[in-house]
Amino acid sequence: MADTGMNDDTNNGNPGPLRSRPLARELMVFGGVSVLLLVSLAIAPAKDYFSQWRYHQKAFLKLAAERQSGTLVKNFHGGIRQIWNEKLGVVDRCETCHLNMNGALVDSTSQPFRKHPPMPHEAEQFGCVMCHRGQGVATTAEEAHSATAAWEQPLLPARYSDASCGQCHLGPLAGAPKLNDGRRMLSSEGCTHCHLVRQPDGTVIKPDDDPPPLLHIAEKTTREWIYAWIKNPQAYAASATMPNFQFNDQEAADIASFLISQSTPSAKGQEELRARPVALGANAATDSASLYGSLFCSSCHAVQNAAGNLVGGNFGPELTRVGNKVTPQWLNRWLRNPHDYEPSTRMPHYRLDDKQVALLSAFLMAKTDSDFAAGAHVPPADKDSAARGRKLVLEYGCAACHQINGVNPPQNFGPDLSHVGNKPLAQVIFVPGMKETLPAYISAKVRDPRSFGAGLKMPKFSLSETQIESLATALLAQTDRAAHLPGELLIPAAQPTKYEPGGDAGRLMQDLHCLSCHTINGHGGDMAPDLSYEGSAVQRAWLQEFMSNPNTLRPALIRRMPKFNLSSAEIRTISDYLLSAYQAPGFDAQAFDPRALNSEDAARGKQLFYSKYNCQSCHIADYKTDKGYVGPALAGVGLRLTPVWTYKWLKNPNALRPGTLMPNQNMRDDEARDLTAFLMTLKARTTGGGK
Amino acid sequence: MKYLSILCLAALLPAAGCLRHSGEGAALTPEAKGTQITEAGGGKQIASVGSDLPQPVVVQVNGADGNGVAKALVTFRGEGLQFTPRQALTDTSGQVTVTVQLGAEPRGYEIVAETPKADGTMASVKLRAVALGYQQRLGREVNDKYCIRCHDSESTPERVSNFDNLSPAPHAFSDGAFLNNFSDADLAAITARGGVAQSKSAAMPPFGGSLSDKEIKAVVAYMRAVADPPYQAPGVKYGK
Repeated sequence: MADTGMNDDTNNGNPGPLRSRPLARELMVFGGVSVLLLVSLAIAPAKDYFSQWRYHQKAFLKLAAERQSGTLVKNFHGGIRQIWNEKLGVVDRCETCHLNMNGALVDSTSQPFRKHPPMPHEAEQFGCVMCHRGQGVATTAEEAHSATAAWEQPLLPARYSDASCGQCHLGPLAGAPKLNDGRRMLSSEGCTHCHLVRQPDGTVIKPDDDPPPLLHIAEKTTREWIYAWIKNPQAYAASATMPNFQFNDQEAADIASFLISQSTPSAKGQEELRARPVALGANAATDSASLYGSLFCSSCHAVQNAAGNLVGGNFGPELTRVGNKVTPQWLNRWLRNPHDYEPSTRMPHYRLDDKQVALLSAFLMAKTDSDFAAGAHVPPADKDSAARGRKLVLEYGCAACHQINGVNPPQNFGPDLSHVGNKPLAQVIFVPGMKETLPAYISAKVRDPRSFGAGLKMPKFSLSETQIESLATALLAQTDRAAHLPGELLIPAAQPTKYEPGGDAGRLMQDLHCLSCHTINGHGGDMAPDLSYEGSAVQRAWLQEFMSNPNTLRPALIRRMPKFNLSSAEIRTISDYLLSAYQAPGFDAQAFDPRALNSEDAARGKQLFYSKYNCQSCHIADYKTDKGYVGPALAGVGLRLTPVWTYKWLKNPNALRPGTLMPNQNMRDDEARDLTAFLMTLKARTTGGGK
Repeated sequence: MKYLSILCLAALLPAAGCLRHSGEGAALTPEAKGTQITEAGGGKQIASVGSDLPQPVVVQVNGADGNGVAKALVTFRGEGLQFTPRQALTDTSGQVTVTVQLGAEPRGYEIVAETPKADGTMASVKLRAVALGYQQRLGREVNDKYCIRCHDSESTPERVSNFDNLSPAPHAFSDGAFLNNFSDADLAAITARGGVAQSKSAAMPPFGGSLSDKEIKAVVAYMRAVADPPYQAPGVKYGK
């Protein structure tokens, strides 16, 4: 050792003589480095050998062997497994660990060997990340499932899984209720007034909440009411769609001043604003309430009852406190003909007489809430109030929803949400304390936008947690991936046609807004039956009688066709048009000849009705004995339906009205004929009592 | 000396980790104990996988006198479930309200609520909740459109039930005691071809013309999901 030390000292600086044998110390260093190298070379294979996925595969084989699944063990191929679909950009290695997706190993309930529940698509076709997100190419659970530094797409929580369907299915989809609700709300809550939501096929989701134009607002209501409404719309009507902008008293008062100042007189019916004196009679109170009922206002409008529950439809605005809102003059004219004030309203033109208008008006004006009125202490208007209000109206984009004189609707007022569904987390500013995920961010934005900063413009909507979850689901469907999918994968939403009835009848039907509730030839509402084939279905006398006095065919339903006070000339015009224009294909006279039907056929038909097919389970042929409330009452069906329609309907109801509740009983031709014979003998004019 | 300090550090680190974990939920200091715990609401609910139950679950802790016990500790557990909060003290009326998030697997889940008794044992109550997957959700939509008109006795103004008008009375889909006796194939046959397919009432009409095979399978899966008592699919069962 000492020798070596001396050599070192003497060699310092001068090259020494060459040696053939290495020193012991050099050997030690060399050996150490070699071992280190060997170890470092072994790291990679060892990491691979001890990898998570290999561990799972061994565990799977062990479990399969324990359960004597010999074929499973025999046919097992180890290693990385992947689904590759070049067209979709899918490289998913999830099956490397999730080895029991097909359930070949029975009763394995814990992950990663749980069987995949039934799904609408084959995994081989679409892979896993299309629906579940995460990193398909990763081979550790951590990287595949969570957001990491390199890959930031975490798994989509199961509660939002409908969102994945929405990438290709752009319209309503069976089995995806949250997606459907959320998409509907993007329209019905008015989100798309401000935000652009463009679907992968290029269609833009349009709003359908129908916010009222404010062009003539001074005729309709007062500055005080506007002030109170802006301050808190839900205090006036719990069901109001209008969000809360959280304005302070001064701001709300200024906006109210501006809206009153910009109001112009409505073009039509100025003289109509003057009330016409009418004697209401001694029973005005009960008469007006029963008129509200018999016109079926509640089919569209809701009123809060004593228990605080809304009773009625949500197609028109809630009327609980309407007396606080509208002026009596305006209400009179509105009830006489709403189109004089607002040509685009969905409210039909009822042909009410002066007394009916006065009764209904008195009934509605009595719907007031003293607490609501007492809360509206509006600051007095000074000369600059309207100017300040105008500035606020511009700043907060009021004209994105409402028509306002002198204010142009702003374009793309809110951020574009077309690709919000996979917004990179690096671009998201989270509020301290919130969960740092995209669904949590979207939900928080929808729940309380101002929690991200007091100066933000987006107002607060009053939505339940369920609604927020649905909206988040619909927005999470708006991904980049969807925008780049092959076009043939996209299933676009059915777009409504532009059908409008023509001629005199068309103008009349426009005035009555038939298409608000009925669909005809692919255009219209879904509140009432589709009338596209009505001309083939019903008899003229019944149709005319029904339009002059619509009695419901379904005695237990609340929602009913309103009574419009149509003149006999108007009824003739509409029924002529309906019977000639709305014919089903293949309904010529040869299709079915009712003349040959006789009483023996009818007797056999009655037997079939009550015994073989149990029609009385759902229908009423005789009010004295039958109780079926699912389908329409048939006691007067011989006066209502045409024999050929009845016959064809019995043979295959789905062919005439796709999606009808009436099942196809696979009747023989002669059975359908006998049943038609029986039904045509049912000619009771009265409807029975309610349930 | 140096080695010793490294050793100490190595020993301290996991200990610190453990400390942080045990600190959770320590803020609750129960002041009373009950003798029994019962369900006050929220049992037998149905929701989509991964979702919160539509209504919170409420349990009630009572004392020996049958009155509610305030400030008793209630702990919730259940495989695959998330509770907010997981532990809580009862309010003045003896109740605890908890939001329950279902797991990602479509199946029945068991919610267990426990409260310690004075004798050191636990009083507990079990509730059931059902998570619907894609297939069962599809089935529920079919059910909500077609089946409940007769099979659900609840009547609303928008949807009048026909249940009371029918004889023999239809079976509710939750009637596991009856429906669990049928195989999937039998239930599908009745749905598609009517009651006569299994020598049952002809008042059950055939829906094979209205529903696809996929929809019929889905509605059977929905019946299985909501069955009470729960449905046990046939097949081999292994212990855990």
